Amino acid sequence: MRFRAKIVDLACLNHFSRIINTIAKLAKTCILRLTVCKLYFIFSDKVANGGASMWCELSQGNFFDEFQMEGVAAEHNEIYLEFVPENLWRALKTAQSAKAVKIKLTNKHCPCLRVAVDLPSLSSSSRIVTHDIPVGVIPRRMWNDFREPSVPDFDVSIYLPVLKTMKSVVERMKNLSNFIVIEANLSGEMNLKIETDLVSVTTHFKDLGNPPWASEDGCQSSAQGRDLESMAEACIDIKKLQQLLAGQQVNPTKALCNIVHKRIVHFVLLHEEVSLQYFIPATA
Amino acid sequence: LSRIGDELYLEPTESGLSLRAVNSSRSAFAAFLFAPLFFQLYEPGSAGPDTELFRCKVHMKSFLGVFRSLPSLEKSVGKCLILLKPRASRLVLQLHCKHGVTKTHNLAFQECERLQAVFDTQRCASRLCAPARLLAEAVVHFPPTLAEVTLGTGPGGKISLRNYVEDEAEPSKTMVTELWLAEDEFQSVAVAPGSHITFCLKEFRGLLSFAEASNLPLTIHFDEPGRPVIFTLDDTVLEVHLVLATLSDLESSSQSPSTNGVSHLPAPSDDFADDLESYMAAMETSEGCSEGPPSPTFPLRTPQPAKSKPQEEEEEEEEEGAVPGTPPHKKFRSLFFGSVMTPGRPGPATTQEVLAEDSDGES
Repeated sequence: MRFRAKIVDLACLNHFSRIINTIAKLAKTCILRLTVCKLYFIFSDKVANGGASMWCELSQGNFFDEFQMEGVAAEHNEIYLEFVPENLWRALKTAQSAKAVKIKLTNKHCPCLRVAVDLPSLSSSSRIVTHDIPVGVIPRRMWNDFREPSVPDFDVSIYLPVLKTMKSVVERMKNLSNFIVIEANLSGEMNLKIETDLVSVTTHFKDLGNPPWASEDGCQSSAQGRDLESMAEACIDIKKLQQLLAGQQVNPTKALCNIVHKRIVHFVLLHEEVSLQYFIPATA
Repeated sequence: LSRIGDELYLEPTESGLSLRAVNSSRSAFAAFLFAPLFFQLYEPGSAGPDTELFRCKVHMKSFLGVFRSLPSLEKSVGKCLILLKPRASRLVLQLHCKHGVTKTHNLAFQECERLQAVFDTQRCASRLCAPARLLAEAVVHFPPTLAEVTLGTGPGGKISLRNYVEDEAEPSKTMVTELWLAEDEFQSVAVAPGSHITFCLKEFRGLLSFAEASNLPLTIHFDEPGRPVIFTLDDTVLEVHLVLATLSDLESSSQSPSTNGVSHLPAPSDDFADDLESYMAAMETSEGCSEGPPSPTFPLRTPQPAKSKPQEEEEEEEEEGAVPGTPPHKKFRSLFFGSVMTPGRPGPATTQEVLAEDSDGES
């Protein structure tokens, strides 16, 4: 099992670091799945994360100048590692002016991702900073736990409002309540509601637009034939939503959410090179 | 100074005003000596044949409160007068501001003993001098919460900084960061090969930001693990010393920082577990080690079976049956502050008497 990769382009490094920062804000530990073409950041430890789960996928070619991996076996050419994204973020945070960043899977005392940052310096030789991030290797028998979640059979799918606006609304609501209700309909209307003993606040968004979901096999999804005005809602932990929004530093190309009435909200954020899906279950 | 202690010691001397602080565990000490030329007027007072120059300590927060907002002070204050009134038990800080406004602060003080850490930069085997910016850039790679860092020398004359991982921490869970600096990035390097010391980053960061702000190069004097590390800044009117305890290293061969070894645990000896007596004796030896007991900010080290040099054995006999687990800071103070030592105890030669502050500064 081998892995080594290198980033030399500062813009790629910056973008990659921001993705790691987003992930670090969402989960304390997460799974890194490496394949020949892609990197996946996954967490679905439902208990630890209050039921939320995430699937983030990016193409390695968009970030790395060099990328070599050899999986556990020829027919299973993948590597699954468990790590703390905050550690990786810390390693990359101060590398933003680096000449090169190399990442390598090593096993000196315990399996580690060694991040070696080549920094410019005034002297003849460059300054090297190495960060050894401990990782846990996930055995093959557990790989099934980390399969890509399927898009739920949603009642409503709607594009999200401008994330910056949504973020500031949710942040203020977070001060008042622990839970937030997201409701939306197929006419492009979404409401964010909180309700406590003292106060209830609702923010209305309209003209958001609903993404067209062509069903692959022609069968009806529960969204079809649905009354356009009827709202589907789910009450979720406001902190999870706030964390998701706080991590978004760049506006995604597409941002939408799928609501299964009173069950789960599925957020999909698409950028050019990376896609992020985040599932927040409704609280009882 | 406020990053180190809660009390500010003011000591006027003939060679200037010395401001000092020490932390509660006596493992960090700092002194800023402002020469008379720094001030528009400097009168240390007169010492009689039997009396010394008056000195006192005040609450750090009270003192800092007077100078709370530097930008507005710079705009509005013309002069600042510091006056010590022993008989009124007050330290007077008077700010003469624009528009005829005078703000007078009367701070209560306490009389105090002379606060003097025992150290001698001349006895340090290694010395590094670097612009503050280099060290600031180095330290930025370590998390702000990191307690201790190991400074070491490696192959090719390179200098390394590595975060110190406590013995108790699981190596498989802790991230290790290591930074290598080339010799030519420093202004001067005179180090004993293979040497390394571990010290607390928090107090050092305080001095580092001061050095960066004043654009002064920082000199690091260090010796063997366990002996204090001394950071100095020098200027025509200011002399700064920061003395920090370092973790004492009981391994007979110091681990070179260039190895990937994270663990500082000495390999346990085979006969260790069987012989409880020698285990206890080894613990006591480590407490009384003349190389300097572990700093109170650091965990107690797993003891080695006594590979003691004659010096240490002598120490052990003199020890009053140190109980394993005695809070280390009591021992530590005795190394650091000569006045609190048990009489008759041999220590490193210089620690029997309190050294005058400038004993090493003339060079």
